[in-house]
Amino acid sequence: MALTGLFLCLFLVGHLLGNLQLFVGGEEGREAFNNYAQFMTTNPLVKVLSYLTYAGIIFHIVDGFVLTIQNRKARPVKYVVEKGNLNSSWASRNMAVLGTILLVFLVSHMQSFWYVMHFGDIEIVDGVKDLHSVTVDFFNPAINNLAAVMTGLYVFAMLSMAFHLNHGFQSAFQTMGINHPTYTPVINFVGKAFSILIPAGFASLPIYLFIIQS
Amino acid sequence: MNITLKIWRQKGPNHVGAMETHKMTEVSGDMSFLEMMDVLNGNLIREGKEPFAFDHDCREGICGSCSMFINGEAHGPGRNVTTCQLHMRSFKDGETIHVEPWRSAAFPVIKDLSVDRSSFDRIIQAGGYVSVNTSGETIDANAIPIPKHDADEAFDAATCIGCGACVATCKNSSAMLFVSAKVSQLSLLPQGKPESKQRVIRMVDQMDLEGFGNCTNTGACEVECPKGISITNIARMNRAFLSSNLTSK
Repeated sequence: MALTGLFLCLFLVGHLLGNLQLFVGGEEGREAFNNYAQFMTTNPLVKVLSYLTYAGIIFHIVDGFVLTIQNRKARPVKYVVEKGNLNSSWASRNMAVLGTILLVFLVSHMQSFWYVMHFGDIEIVDGVKDLHSVTVDFFNPAINNLAAVMTGLYVFAMLSMAFHLNHGFQSAFQTMGINHPTYTPVINFVGKAFSILIPAGFASLPIYLFIIQS
Repeated sequence: MNITLKIWRQKGPNHVGAMETHKMTEVSGDMSFLEMMDVLNGNLIREGKEPFAFDHDCREGICGSCSMFINGEAHGPGRNVTTCQLHMRSFKDGETIHVEPWRSAAFPVIKDLSVDRSSFDRIIQAGGYVSVNTSGETIDANAIPIPKHDADEAFDAATCIGCGACVATCKNSSAMLFVSAKVSQLSLLPQGKPESKQRVIRMVDQMDLEGFGNCTNTGACEVECPKGISITNIARMNRAFLSSNLTSK
Protein backbone atom coordinates (compact mmCIF):
# COMPACT_ATOMS: atom_id res chain seq x y z
CA MET A 1 0.00 0.00 0.00
CA ALA A 2 2.79 2.38 0.98
CA LEU A 3 4.96 2.04 -2.12
CA THR A 4 2.09 2.13 -4.61
CA GLY A 5 0.42 4.93 -2.65
CA LEU A 6 3.49 7.17 -2.78
CA PHE A 7 4.01 6.33 -6.44
CA LEU A 8 0.41 7.39 -7.12
CA CYS A 9 1.13 10.64 -5.26
CA LEU A 10 3.77 11.38 -7.91
CA PHE A 11 1.20 10.66 -10.60
CA LEU A 12 -1.18 13.16 -8.94
CA VAL A 13 1.45 15.89 -9.13
CA GLY A 14 2.07 15.25 -12.83
CA HIS A 15 -1.62 15.03 -13.61
CA LEU A 16 -2.41 18.25 -11.76
CA LEU A 17 0.41 20.19 -13.43
CA GLY A 18 -0.96 19.15 -16.83
CA ASN A 19 -4.52 19.99 -15.89
CA LEU A 20 -3.60 23.47 -14.66
CA GLN A 21 -3.18 24.41 -18.35
CA LEU A 22 -6.98 24.47 -18.48
CA PHE A 23 -6.77 27.83 -16.70
CA VAL A 24 -5.22 29.29 -19.87
CA GLY A 25 -8.12 30.64 -21.90
CA GLY A 26 -8.81 31.11 -25.60
CA GLU A 27 -7.29 29.42 -28.65
CA GLU A 28 -3.85 29.48 -27.07
CA GLY A 29 -5.07 27.45 -24.09
CA ARG A 30 -6.87 24.95 -26.27
CA GLU A 31 -3.82 24.41 -28.48
CA ALA A 32 -1.45 24.01 -25.52
CA PHE A 33 -3.74 21.54 -23.73
CA ASN A 34 -4.43 19.46 -26.83
CA ASN A 35 -0.76 19.26 -27.75
CA TYR A 36 -0.03 18.24 -24.18
CA ALA A 37 -2.75 15.55 -24.34
CA GLN A 38 -1.32 14.33 -27.64
CA PHE A 39 2.16 14.13 -26.11
CA MET A 40 0.86 12.30 -23.01
CA THR A 41 -0.83 9.60 -25.13
CA THR A 42 1.86 9.06 -27.73
CA ASN A 43 5.29 9.62 -26.15
CA PRO A 44 6.88 6.20 -25.51
CA LEU A 45 8.39 7.23 -22.17
CA VAL A 46 5.04 8.56 -20.96
CA LYS A 47 3.45 5.32 -22.18
CA VAL A 48 5.79 3.27 -19.99
CA LEU A 49 4.96 5.56 -17.06
CA SER A 50 1.24 5.25 -17.70
CA TYR A 51 1.40 1.45 -17.73
CA LEU A 52 3.33 1.62 -14.46
CA THR A 53 0.59 3.87 -13.11
CA TYR A 54 -2.18 1.46 -14.20
CA ALA A 55 -0.28 -1.37 -12.51
CA GLY A 56 0.23 0.77 -9.42
CA ILE A 57 -3.47 1.63 -9.19
CA ILE A 58 -4.56 -1.98 -9.69
CA PHE A 59 -2.07 -3.25 -7.10
CA HIS A 60 -3.12 -0.53 -4.64
CA ILE A 61 -6.81 -1.47 -5.08
CA VAL A 62 -6.34 -5.25 -4.91
CA ASP A 63 -3.97 -4.99 -1.94
CA GLY A 64 -6.44 -2.68 -0.21
CA PHE A 65 -9.31 -5.11 -0.69
CA VAL A 66 -7.27 -8.12 0.49
CA LEU A 67 -6.01 -6.31 3.60
CA THR A 68 -9.46 -4.95 4.43
CA ILE A 69 -10.98 -8.44 4.24
CA GLN A 70 -8.19 -9.82 6.47
CA ASN A 71 -8.71 -6.99 8.95
CA ARG A 72 -12.47 -7.53 9.13
CA LYS A 73 -11.90 -11.26 9.72
CA ALA A 74 -9.54 -10.43 12.59
CA ARG A 75 -12.52 -9.12 14.61
CA PRO A 76 -15.51 -11.40 13.97
CA VAL A 77 -17.60 -10.00 16.86
CA LYS A 78 -17.83 -6.21 16.88
CA TYR A 79 -17.86 -4.03 19.98
CA VAL A 80 -21.24 -2.80 21.20
CA VAL A 81 -19.68 0.56 22.09
CA GLU A 82 -16.48 1.71 20.39
CA LYS A 83 -15.05 5.23 20.55
CA GLY A 84 -12.36 5.32 17.90
CA ASN A 85 -12.61 9.11 17.70
CA LEU A 86 -10.89 9.34 21.10
CA ASN A 87 -7.70 7.72 19.88
CA SER A 88 -7.40 8.06 16.10
CA SER A 89 -8.34 10.30 13.19
CA TRP A 90 -11.52 9.70 11.21
CA ALA A 91 -9.55 9.44 7.95
CA SER A 92 -7.22 6.78 9.35
CA ARG A 93 -10.20 4.61 10.30
CA ASN A 94 -12.01 5.06 6.98
CA MET A 95 -9.30 4.61 4.34
CA ALA A 96 -11.21 1.75 2.68
CA VAL A 97 -14.42 3.79 2.42
CA LEU A 98 -12.51 6.80 1.08
CA GLY A 99 -10.60 4.57 -1.33
CA THR A 100 -13.83 3.03 -2.61
CA ILE A 101 -15.27 6.51 -3.29
CA LEU A 102 -12.07 7.29 -5.20
CA LEU A 103 -12.38 4.03 -7.17
CA VAL A 104 -15.94 4.87 -8.24
CA PHE A 105 -14.74 8.36 -9.17
CA LEU A 106 -11.79 6.93 -11.10
CA VAL A 107 -13.99 4.64 -13.21
CA SER A 108 -16.39 7.48 -14.02
CA HIS A 109 -13.51 9.92 -14.64
CA MET A 110 -11.70 7.55 -17.01
CA GLN A 111 -14.92 6.87 -18.87
CA SER A 112 -15.50 10.63 -19.34
CA PHE A 113 -12.02 11.56 -20.54
CA TRP A 114 -9.53 8.71 -20.83
CA TYR A 115 -11.88 6.44 -22.81
CA VAL A 116 -13.00 9.30 -25.08
CA MET A 117 -9.38 10.29 -25.73
CA HIS A 118 -8.22 6.74 -26.48
CA PHE A 119 -11.21 5.03 -28.10
CA GLY A 120 -14.05 7.55 -28.31
CA ASP A 121 -15.49 9.58 -31.14
CA ILE A 122 -13.42 12.73 -30.74
CA GLU A 123 -13.04 15.74 -33.05
CA ILE A 124 -9.64 16.41 -34.62
CA VAL A 125 -8.55 20.05 -34.54
CA ASP A 126 -5.23 21.13 -36.10
CA GLY A 127 -4.22 17.49 -36.45
CA VAL A 128 -4.64 16.62 -32.76
CA LYS A 129 -7.59 15.23 -30.79
CA ASP A 130 -9.59 18.04 -29.20
CA LEU A 131 -9.65 16.84 -25.58
CA HIS A 132 -9.79 20.47 -24.49
CA SER A 133 -13.33 20.90 -25.82
CA VAL A 134 -14.41 17.54 -24.36
CA THR A 135 -13.20 18.71 -20.95
CA VAL A 136 -14.51 22.25 -21.08
CA ASP A 137 -17.91 21.14 -22.46
CA PHE A 138 -18.23 18.50 -19.75
CA PHE A 139 -18.51 21.28 -17.17
CA ASN A 140 -20.61 23.59 -19.36
CA PRO A 141 -24.28 23.65 -18.20
CA ALA A 142 -25.38 24.81 -21.68
CA ILE A 143 -23.98 21.58 -23.22
CA ASN A 144 -24.02 19.04 -20.40
CA ASN A 145 -27.28 18.97 -18.38
CA LEU A 146 -25.43 17.29 -15.55
CA ALA A 147 -22.58 19.83 -15.42
CA ALA A 148 -23.61 21.15 -11.99
CA VAL A 149 -24.00 17.63 -10.56
CA MET A 150 -20.68 16.58 -12.08
CA THR A 151 -18.90 19.61 -10.65
CA GLY A 152 -20.37 18.79 -7.23
CA LEU A 153 -19.36 15.13 -7.50
CA TYR A 154 -15.85 16.08 -8.60
CA VAL A 155 -15.44 18.36 -5.61
CA PHE A 156 -16.81 15.62 -3.33
CA ALA A 157 -14.35 13.09 -4.79
CA MET A 158 -11.48 15.54 -4.24
CA LEU A 159 -12.59 16.05 -0.65
CA SER A 160 -12.42 12.26 -0.21
CA MET A 161 -8.98 12.33 -1.76
CA ALA A 162 -7.90 15.03 0.67
CA PHE A 163 -8.82 12.84 3.65
CA HIS A 164 -7.33 9.74 1.99
CA LEU A 165 -4.02 11.56 1.43
CA ASN A 166 -4.10 13.20 4.84
CA HIS A 167 -3.67 9.81 6.48
CA GLY A 168 -2.08 7.96 3.58
CA PHE A 169 0.92 10.18 2.91
CA GLN A 170 2.50 10.09 6.37
CA SER A 171 1.28 6.53 6.99
CA ALA A 172 3.26 5.30 3.99
CA PHE A 173 6.50 6.49 5.59
CA GLN A 174 5.67 4.78 8.89
CA THR A 175 4.96 1.52 7.02
CA MET A 176 8.34 1.75 5.30
CA GLY A 177 9.95 2.11 8.70
CA ILE A 178 10.68 5.83 8.55
CA ASN A 179 9.90 7.35 11.94
CA HIS A 180 12.42 9.84 13.23
CA PRO A 181 12.23 12.64 15.81
CA THR A 182 13.48 15.23 13.29
CA TYR A 183 12.20 13.99 9.92
CA THR A 184 8.75 12.71 10.87
CA PRO A 185 7.35 16.15 11.77
CA VAL A 186 8.63 17.38 8.38
CA ILE A 187 6.98 14.41 6.61
CA ASN A 188 3.74 15.08 8.50
CA PHE A 189 3.81 18.75 7.50
CA VAL A 190 4.51 17.96 3.85
CA GLY A 191 1.76 15.32 3.94
CA LYS A 192 -0.78 17.76 5.37
CA ALA A 193 0.16 20.41 2.79
CA PHE A 194 0.06 17.84 -0.02
CA SER A 195 -3.34 16.52 1.09
CA ILE A 196 -4.79 20.04 0.98
CA LEU A 197 -3.04 21.57 -2.04
CA ILE A 198 -3.34 18.71 -4.55
CA PRO A 199 -7.09 18.02 -4.12
CA ALA A 200 -7.76 21.78 -3.93
CA GLY A 201 -5.88 22.24 -7.20
CA PHE A 202 -7.87 19.48 -8.89
CA ALA A 203 -11.20 20.72 -7.51
CA SER A 204 -10.50 24.30 -8.59
CA LEU A 205 -10.64 23.29 -12.29
CA PRO A 206 -14.24 22.00 -12.56
CA ILE A 207 -15.38 24.87 -10.30
CA TYR A 208 -13.59 27.41 -12.53
CA LEU A 209 -14.84 25.86 -15.79
CA PHE A 210 -18.39 25.62 -14.47
CA ILE A 211 -18.47 29.22 -13.21
CA ILE A 212 -17.01 30.88 -16.31
CA GLN A 213 -19.46 28.99 -18.54
CA SER A 214 -22.59 29.52 -16.41
CA MET B 1 -22.66 7.33 43.31
CA ASN B 2 -25.15 5.26 41.40
CA ILE B 3 -24.28 3.63 38.09
CA THR B 4 -25.86 1.34 35.51
CA LEU B 5 -23.60 -1.37 34.16
CA LYS B 6 -24.07 -3.14 30.85
CA ILE B 7 -21.69 -6.09 30.95
CA TRP B 8 -20.93 -8.76 28.36
CA ARG B 9 -22.21 -12.16 29.45
CA GLN B 10 -20.97 -15.18 27.50
CA LYS B 11 -21.20 -18.73 28.84
CA GLY B 12 -18.26 -20.16 26.94
CA PRO B 13 -16.09 -19.91 23.82
CA ASN B 14 -18.75 -21.38 21.54
CA HIS B 15 -21.73 -19.55 23.00
CA VAL B 16 -23.30 -16.35 21.73
CA GLY B 17 -22.93 -13.53 24.21
CA ALA B 18 -25.08 -10.52 25.03
CA MET B 19 -24.99 -7.42 27.22
CA GLU B 20 -26.58 -7.78 30.67
CA THR B 21 -27.75 -4.79 32.71
CA HIS B 22 -27.04 -4.33 36.42
CA LYS B 23 -27.72 -1.31 38.59
CA MET B 24 -25.33 -0.45 41.44
CA THR B 25 -25.89 1.98 44.28
CA GLU B 26 -23.49 3.60 46.75
CA VAL B 27 -20.42 3.07 44.63
CA SER B 28 -17.43 4.88 46.12
CA GLY B 29 -15.38 7.05 43.79
CA ASP B 30 -12.24 5.71 45.48
CA MET B 31 -12.94 2.15 44.41
CA SER B 32 -10.91 0.82 41.54
CA PHE B 33 -12.94 -0.53 38.63
CA LEU B 34 -12.05 -4.07 39.64
CA GLU B 35 -13.12 -3.46 43.24
CA MET B 36 -16.46 -2.25 41.91
CA MET B 37 -16.67 -5.49 39.88
CA ASP B 38 -15.84 -7.46 43.08
CA VAL B 39 -18.74 -5.76 44.88
CA LEU B 40 -21.07 -6.51 41.97
CA ASN B 41 -19.96 -10.15 41.91
CA GLY B 42 -20.45 -10.37 45.70
CA ASN B 43 -24.00 -9.06 45.28
CA LEU B 44 -24.67 -11.55 42.48
CA ILE B 45 -23.36 -14.47 44.56
CA ARG B 46 -25.55 -13.44 47.53
CA GLU B 47 -28.54 -13.35 45.18
CA GLY B 48 -27.68 -16.86 43.98
CA LYS B 49 -26.70 -15.63 40.53
CA GLU B 50 -23.60 -16.31 38.45
CA PRO B 51 -20.78 -13.77 39.00
CA PHE B 52 -18.95 -12.28 35.99
CA ALA B 53 -15.66 -13.91 35.06
CA PHE B 54 -12.82 -11.41 34.52
CA ASP B 55 -9.03 -11.58 34.57
CA HIS B 56 -6.97 -9.85 37.24
CA ASP B 57 -3.81 -10.51 39.18
CA CYS B 58 -1.47 -7.89 40.62
CA ARG B 59 -3.92 -4.97 40.72
CA GLU B 60 -0.89 -2.68 40.61
CA GLY B 61 -0.94 -1.99 36.88
CA ILE B 62 2.05 -4.15 35.98
CA CYS B 63 0.85 -7.70 35.31
CA GLY B 64 -1.25 -7.05 32.21
CA SER B 65 -4.05 -9.39 33.26
CA CYS B 66 -7.02 -7.05 33.48
CA SER B 67 -8.53 -6.66 30.08
CA MET B 68 -11.81 -4.80 29.96
CA PHE B 69 -13.09 -2.66 27.12
CA ILE B 70 -14.94 0.04 29.04
CA ASN B 71 -17.21 2.61 27.40
CA GLY B 72 -15.66 2.05 23.99
CA GLU B 73 -12.01 2.20 25.12
CA ALA B 74 -9.42 -0.37 26.16
CA HIS B 75 -8.97 -0.08 29.96
CA GLY B 76 -11.64 2.63 29.94
CA PRO B 77 -11.21 6.40 30.02
CA GLY B 78 -7.94 7.99 31.06
CA ARG B 79 -4.49 7.52 29.62
CA ASN B 80 -1.64 5.29 30.77
CA VAL B 81 -3.84 3.26 33.11
CA THR B 82 -4.86 -0.37 33.31
CA THR B 83 -8.39 -1.30 34.44
CA CYS B 84 -7.16 -2.03 37.97
CA GLN B 85 -5.73 1.50 38.19
CA LEU B 86 -8.92 3.08 36.87
CA HIS B 87 -11.05 4.55 39.63
CA MET B 88 -14.79 5.03 39.80
CA ARG B 89 -14.28 8.78 40.23
CA SER B 90 -13.51 8.79 36.49
CA PHE B 91 -17.23 8.23 35.92
CA LYS B 92 -20.22 10.46 36.56
CA ASP B 93 -23.04 9.74 38.99
CA GLY B 94 -25.89 8.09 37.07
CA GLU B 95 -23.64 7.09 34.18
CA THR B 96 -24.24 3.97 32.11
CA ILE B 97 -21.00 2.04 31.72
CA HIS B 98 -20.51 -0.56 28.98
CA VAL B 99 -18.04 -3.34 29.81
CA GLU B 100 -16.92 -5.73 27.09
CA PRO B 101 -14.10 -8.26 26.64
CA TRP B 102 -11.19 -7.68 24.22
CA ARG B 103 -12.59 -8.59 20.82
CA SER B 104 -10.25 -10.28 18.37
CA ALA B 105 -10.22 -13.57 16.50
CA ALA B 106 -6.80 -14.15 18.08
CA PHE B 107 -8.21 -13.55 21.60
CA PRO B 108 -11.19 -15.94 21.83
CA VAL B 109 -13.52 -15.33 24.78
CA ILE B 110 -13.19 -17.99 27.48
CA LYS B 111 -16.10 -16.70 29.56
CA ASP B 112 -17.75 -13.30 30.02
CA LEU B 113 -14.89 -10.74 30.15
CA SER B 114 -12.08 -13.27 30.23
CA VAL B 115 -10.21 -13.91 26.96
CA ASP B 116 -7.50 -16.35 25.92
CA ARG B 117 -4.33 -14.38 25.19
CA SER B 118 -2.05 -17.38 24.66
CA SER B 119 -1.50 -16.18 21.08
CA PHE B 120 0.84 -13.59 22.66
CA ASP B 121 2.72 -16.39 24.43
CA ARG B 122 3.19 -18.25 21.15
CA ILE B 123 4.56 -15.09 19.51
CA ILE B 124 7.09 -14.78 22.35
CA GLN B 125 7.98 -18.47 22.03
CA ALA B 126 8.63 -17.94 18.31
CA GLY B 127 11.50 -15.55 18.96
CA GLY B 128 10.96 -13.22 21.89
CA TYR B 129 13.96 -14.37 23.86
CA VAL B 130 17.73 -14.08 24.09
CA SER B 131 19.75 -17.30 24.12
CA VAL B 132 22.24 -17.04 26.97
CA ASN B 133 24.85 -19.56 28.02
CA THR B 134 23.91 -20.50 31.60
CA SER B 135 26.71 -23.00 32.17
CA GLY B 136 28.16 -20.93 34.98
CA GLU B 137 30.29 -18.72 32.75
CA THR B 138 27.48 -16.20 32.20
CA ILE B 139 28.79 -12.71 31.55
CA ASP B 140 27.32 -10.00 33.75
CA ALA B 141 24.95 -8.00 31.54
CA ASN B 142 26.22 -4.77 33.08
CA ALA B 143 29.75 -5.55 31.88
CA ILE B 144 28.81 -4.61 28.30
CA PRO B 145 28.73 -0.86 27.62
CA ILE B 146 25.43 0.27 26.06
CA PRO B 147 24.75 3.79 24.75
CA LYS B 148 22.34 5.61 27.06
CA HIS B 149 19.91 6.34 24.24
CA ASP B 150 19.69 2.64 23.25
CA ALA B 151 19.27 1.57 26.85
CA ASP B 152 16.45 4.10 27.32
CA GLU B 153 14.63 3.02 24.16
CA ALA B 154 14.99 -0.66 25.03
CA PHE B 155 13.68 0.02 28.51
CA ASP B 156 10.73 2.01 27.20
CA ALA B 157 9.83 -0.90 24.92
CA ALA B 158 10.33 -3.36 27.77
CA THR B 159 7.65 -1.67 29.85
CA CYS B 160 5.08 -3.48 27.67
CA ILE B 161 3.03 -5.69 29.99
CA GLY B 162 1.45 -7.72 27.18
CA CYS B 163 -2.09 -6.79 28.23
CA GLY B 164 -3.44 -6.75 24.66
CA ALA B 165 -5.00 -3.27 24.80
CA CYS B 166 -3.29 -2.46 21.49
CA VAL B 167 -5.05 -5.38 19.80
CA ALA B 168 -8.34 -4.61 21.52
CA THR B 169 -8.34 -0.97 20.48
CA CYS B 170 -7.00 -1.42 16.94
CA LYS B 171 -9.81 -1.43 14.41
CA ASN B 172 -7.94 -4.23 12.62
CA SER B 173 -7.08 -6.20 15.78
CA SER B 174 -3.43 -5.81 14.87
CA ALA B 175 -0.77 -6.92 17.34
CA MET B 176 1.98 -4.78 15.80
CA LEU B 177 2.54 -2.60 18.87
CA PHE B 178 3.01 -5.59 21.18
CA VAL B 179 5.27 -7.50 18.78
CA SER B 180 7.30 -4.41 17.87
CA ALA B 181 7.83 -3.56 21.55
CA LYS B 182 9.19 -7.07 22.20
CA VAL B 183 11.33 -7.03 19.06
CA SER B 184 12.73 -3.60 19.97
CA GLN B 185 13.36 -4.40 23.61
CA LEU B 186 15.60 -7.32 22.67
CA SER B 187 17.15 -6.12 19.42
CA LEU B 188 18.30 -2.74 20.71
CA LEU B 189 20.64 -4.36 23.24
CA PRO B 190 23.90 -6.13 22.38
CA GLN B 191 22.75 -9.44 23.90
CA GLY B 192 19.78 -9.51 21.53
CA LYS B 193 21.64 -8.55 18.37
CA PRO B 194 22.92 -12.01 17.23
CA GLU B 195 19.36 -13.33 16.95
CA SER B 196 17.75 -10.11 15.75
CA LYS B 197 17.18 -11.15 12.11
CA GLN B 198 15.54 -14.50 12.78
CA ARG B 199 13.66 -13.03 15.76
CA VAL B 200 11.76 -10.39 13.80
CA ILE B 201 10.90 -12.77 10.95
CA ARG B 202 9.73 -15.55 13.25
CA MET B 203 7.70 -13.29 15.52
CA VAL B 204 5.98 -11.52 12.62
CA ASP B 205 5.23 -14.87 10.93
CA GLN B 206 3.72 -16.20 14.16
CA MET B 207 1.70 -12.99 14.58
CA ASP B 208 0.20 -13.49 11.11
CA LEU B 209 -0.49 -17.17 11.83
CA GLU B 210 -2.47 -16.25 14.94
CA GLY B 211 -4.96 -14.26 12.86
CA PHE B 212 -4.21 -10.72 14.00
CA GLY B 213 -5.06 -8.00 11.48
CA ASN B 214 -2.71 -5.64 9.65
CA CYS B 215 -1.38 -2.30 10.85
CA THR B 216 -2.91 0.68 9.05
CA ASN B 217 -1.14 3.24 11.23
CA THR B 218 -4.23 4.70 12.87
CA GLY B 219 -2.08 5.21 15.98
CA ALA B 220 -4.94 4.18 18.31
CA CYS B 221 -2.72 1.58 20.01
CA GLU B 222 -0.15 4.05 21.36
CA VAL B 223 -2.94 6.28 22.70
CA GLU B 224 -4.67 3.44 24.57
CA CYS B 225 -1.51 1.58 25.66
CA PRO B 226 -1.40 1.68 29.49
CA LYS B 227 2.40 1.91 29.30
CA GLY B 228 2.59 4.55 26.58
CA ILE B 229 4.55 2.37 24.14
CA SER B 230 5.24 4.45 21.02
CA ILE B 231 4.52 3.42 17.43
CA THR B 232 8.12 4.34 16.61
CA ASN B 233 8.66 0.72 17.68
CA ILE B 234 6.39 -0.39 14.82
CA ALA B 235 8.45 1.62 12.32
CA ARG B 236 11.62 0.06 13.79
CA MET B 237 10.13 -3.42 13.39
CA ASN B 238 9.05 -2.66 9.81
CA ARG B 239 12.63 -1.60 9.05
CA ALA B 240 14.08 -4.68 10.73
CA PHE B 241 11.58 -7.01 9.02
CA LEU B 242 12.38 -5.59 5.60
CA SER B 243 16.16 -5.62 6.02
CA SER B 244 16.16 -9.06 7.68
CA ASN B 245 14.17 -10.54 4.81
CA LEU B 246 16.49 -8.92 2.29
CA THR B 247 19.73 -9.96 3.97
CA SER B 248 19.07 -13.29 5.71
CA LYS B 249 19.89 -16.43 3.77
